[in-house]
Amino acid sequence: MITTGIAAAVNALMGISMGTDLAWVWEMVLQATWETLYMVVISTGLSYVFGLPLGVILVTTEEGHILESKGFNRLLGSFVNAVRSIPFIIFLILVIPLTRLVVGTPIGTVASMVPLTLAAIPFVARMVETSLKEIDWGLIEAALSMGANAWQVITKVLLPEARASIVLGVAITTINLVGYSAMAGIVGGGGLGTLAYYYGYQRYEDLVMWVTVIVLIAFVQCVQMAGDKWAAKITNQRR
Amino acid sequence: MIEINNLTKIFHTPHQDIMALEEVDLSVNRGEIFGIIGLSGAGKSTLIRCINMLEKPTRGTIVVDGQDINSLNQRELRLARQKIGMIFQQFNLLSSRTVFDNVMFPLEIAQTPLPQARQRVEELLELVGITDKARVYPDQLSGGQKQRVGIARALANDPKLLLSDEATSALDPETTRSILKLLKDINQQLDLTILLITHDMNVIKQVCDRVAVINESRIVEVGDVISIFSNPSTPTSQSFINAIVHKDAPEEYISTLIGKHQDRYSCLVRVSFIGASAGQPVISAMIKQHDVDANILYGNIDRVKDVPFGHLTLELIGDQAAVDLSMGFLRSRGLEVEVIS
Repeated sequence: MITTGIAAAVNALMGISMGTDLAWVWEMVLQATWETLYMVVISTGLSYVFGLPLGVILVTTEEGHILESKGFNRLLGSFVNAVRSIPFIIFLILVIPLTRLVVGTPIGTVASMVPLTLAAIPFVARMVETSLKEIDWGLIEAALSMGANAWQVITKVLLPEARASIVLGVAITTINLVGYSAMAGIVGGGGLGTLAYYYGYQRYEDLVMWVTVIVLIAFVQCVQMAGDKWAAKITNQRR
Repeated sequence: MIEINNLTKIFHTPHQDIMALEEVDLSVNRGEIFGIIGLSGAGKSTLIRCINMLEKPTRGTIVVDGQDINSLNQRELRLARQKIGMIFQQFNLLSSRTVFDNVMFPLEIAQTPLPQARQRVEELLELVGITDKARVYPDQLSGGQKQRVGIARALANDPKLLLSDEATSALDPETTRSILKLLKDINQQLDLTILLITHDMNVIKQVCDRVAVINESRIVEVGDVISIFSNPSTPTSQSFINAIVHKDAPEEYISTLIGKHQDRYSCLVRVSFIGASAGQPVISAMIKQHDVDANILYGNIDRVKDVPFGHLTLELIGDQAAVDLSMGFLRSRGLEVEVIS
């Protein structure tokens, strides 16, 4: 009784102040949330398909490591740094020709996944690199002393030992991409970014803005929590 | 089993070249437990790591089981490494795998068929006495248990040679003894050659047949453990041995005795005995045969591997002739006699 009363009051208030139908707002937000989720999850996945091997290569080609190749390592490292130093908002515009080539249009949810994935790959590579460097060199040496080849060291020692740390990296990457996807939204990428920009910024509809913010906060919290839980599960299983 | 000739290893750093090993020659026989002892930084760790090419020698040759290790290509080296087990001070077990799967690891590397590998793991866990921990992760094990897993893992591919890189240095004395006993057992059961490095003379004393003493990148002394214990010829060996063997009563105590028996001739001697003579009543026979008194000031008996080994500090009192004769008697029984004063 009381809740319906409050809902009615809020509805009325919103209706008066913004001339908006609340049900319509919910529908918009739900649609945009779904788009963001879809964009971010697929981009994260794709960025790991390329970023994980890249990270492994960055570590293993270092001086003294199992696939030592100093020149190649330096070249790859510089390339990764170069891509990472481009602000995402500029990167978005830079890759438009490529996006057009791959997707056919630079606008929309699917098109956004191209710059999101490309920007995330070097980031993922550095995250994976950090995770793999935490592993005690003694473990690698033990595997080598048993006659392991580089592939066996990577698949049986490096990746399994770094699993918990890599999972935390996935959570951080996902959260980063949520932020990037909002930027992509401003140039027509769809999702919560587009919604907040068109309705919140251009039409001064504060409610849409605030709901978007709350959804983003909730989303980021959930991703971080899930990452922490998963990583802890991996660690605890071993204790 | 191992023939090392003229092995030199130089580490190049931006500021200087560090000589870690200098012209090392060493030969380890099949089936023996060979120890290398040295202080940290002496080069022993580099030496053992050169044997399976974890460290590439700057010069020199290393032949393991008839194979010149340094001349192998990558693939041949990996195959050779499968036949050289290694255990480590920090165990180096994979925390992402159970005990069972850790022992399985080298078998996976060698691509052993699964049913055969599983059976081999069971055997190995049985051998090192840790079957009940098969499903447990290494983080739940004590240091001694971890090293048992390490040993099982090192033996998985039936190596002829086991390298032990300070394997007991992170363990307490009790656990060290049990791990050393395990090494001694597998040495005999499997006819396995063991090369171990340590900074602890107790380890050498308990298991080794022969020992090399390494100091400042060079091998300064090599020999049977028992002869190095009874007669160390270099200061480095002497200081290692003195750290664990007490040959004499405290000096202050001995100095109070000198000149005490002014009316009679007396002589302070140190008697060393090795092996069988330790079990015989030599001193009482000496007293009976020669007219001397023997005042026992200090005694100590120890074992080197399985041989008893000890020192006795005696004051012999009597006629000078009788004292000299009794010293001759002790020598004739195979004891080493050294006059202190």
